[in-house]
Amino acid sequence: MKLKKNSPVERLWNGLFVENPVFVLVLGTCPTLATTTSALNAIGMGLSTTVILALSNLIISALRKVIPERMRMPAYIVVIASFVTMVDFLMEGFTPALYASLGIYIPLIVVNCIIMGRAEAYAGKEPMIPSFFDGLGMGLGFTAAIFCIASIREIIGAGTWFGMQVMPSGYVPVNIFVLAPGAFLVYAFLVAVMNKLKIGAGRRPKKEWDPTEKICGDCLSCMKLGICDEKPESCSETPAQTIARSKGTVAEAIAAPAAEKPAAGAAPSSEKKEATKS
Amino acid sequence: MTLLLLAVNACLINNVVLSQFLGICSFLGVSKKPDTAAGMGMALTFVLTLSSLVCGILYHVLLVPLGLEYLKTIVFILIVAALVQFVEMFLKKFAKALYDALGIYLPLITTNCAVLGVALINVQKDYSILTGTVYGFATALGYTIAIIILANIREKMVNNDVPASFRGFPIVMITAALMSIAFFGFSALK
Repeated sequence: MKLKKNSPVERLWNGLFVENPVFVLVLGTCPTLATTTSALNAIGMGLSTTVILALSNLIISALRKVIPERMRMPAYIVVIASFVTMVDFLMEGFTPALYASLGIYIPLIVVNCIIMGRAEAYAGKEPMIPSFFDGLGMGLGFTAAIFCIASIREIIGAGTWFGMQVMPSGYVPVNIFVLAPGAFLVYAFLVAVMNKLKIGAGRRPKKEWDPTEKICGDCLSCMKLGICDEKPESCSETPAQTIARSKGTVAEAIAAPAAEKPAAGAAPSSEKKEATKS
Repeated sequence: MTLLLLAVNACLINNVVLSQFLGICSFLGVSKKPDTAAGMGMALTFVLTLSSLVCGILYHVLLVPLGLEYLKTIVFILIVAALVQFVEMFLKKFAKALYDALGIYLPLITTNCAVLGVALINVQKDYSILTGTVYGFATALGYTIAIIILANIREKMVNNDVPASFRGFPIVMITAALMSIAFFGFSALK
């Protein structure tokens, strides 16, 4: 299927499948693990993230020519934190039960890598309408992915789905799936299944899937966003390109921005290339 | 005594990464080598203790008397970001040895959700400034323990023959799951 680049449909498709934030980009691991104890929690978390993501993308894109290059990160943080505060209050007022079960993970959407990552990689340079749909697509992709994980955890771990009994009455719930280890296990197995599918399709997923061996595609990328002043090109490229560009390990990726710090003013991009090569 | 109980609870029983899922990103990302993991743990301990102290003071001294509690998320995230910058500059100037040890990890901490998470938990549970600081320190200690253990396991795992589809991310998650089960044992301490 060939879609027009940056059209709303292309953006939605991209967020849901091509660059699914949970399964393909492996971003936002914390809420993915923490809020998937039940299908209802996952839907609540997913939709609130979607709203914040779409609106903050819209505003950041609208302000992209006003915000000075160097003040980018604080400005984005303030925009995102404002929307998070609004959603926080709306949820406290209208869905108190859901708000209580999600707890501090609602305000913690501020530090969700997906939002900062999209602001930096997309909304900061593209027009408003595509940015809005980019946020919407990414948010829905996130919602769909955590809904999958949560459904598996709730059905196996409690025998219910949205609180309704779905397993036969003789079924003994495997409690551990609702507890912390279950989150790690289900996520790990789903990613492994995706790897298996990729291997079956004749592609080699190993490099693409290892979040510790690439700069982009895991939360390190957004940590990196916070530290380097230049636009991280690594976030707009495919994982394969990232790997081709830097064969370095995470430790080197961390060391690279630090290495270029002492020589502020000197051409940072060339220095970074050297640092990642070594 | 209650402070000690709180510390044991935050450090082992309700471990920040293994049972509360805060700071997972750096837990998985920076745990490839034990010495990097230890550096990250130390830097986080430093910043988290300081940030829970500063956030606690600001919340109780400024936000509550002015009735501005609803601004806490924005204020806290900006404090954390500014504090990390400030600590980095301060260490660079006055404690060169410490800066060389922690320097490269400091900037990574701004977006670590454990820092903001602890500041918010302190408010939510209505901890005093002292209790909040102890809680922050203990949480960071728990993080350090977990990341060092994971880094050591991963170092040993390099020689193992892992099935192709589990290589990389999935096997690290399964390791974390097993650690998480192991940490359940600490709930007997309650």
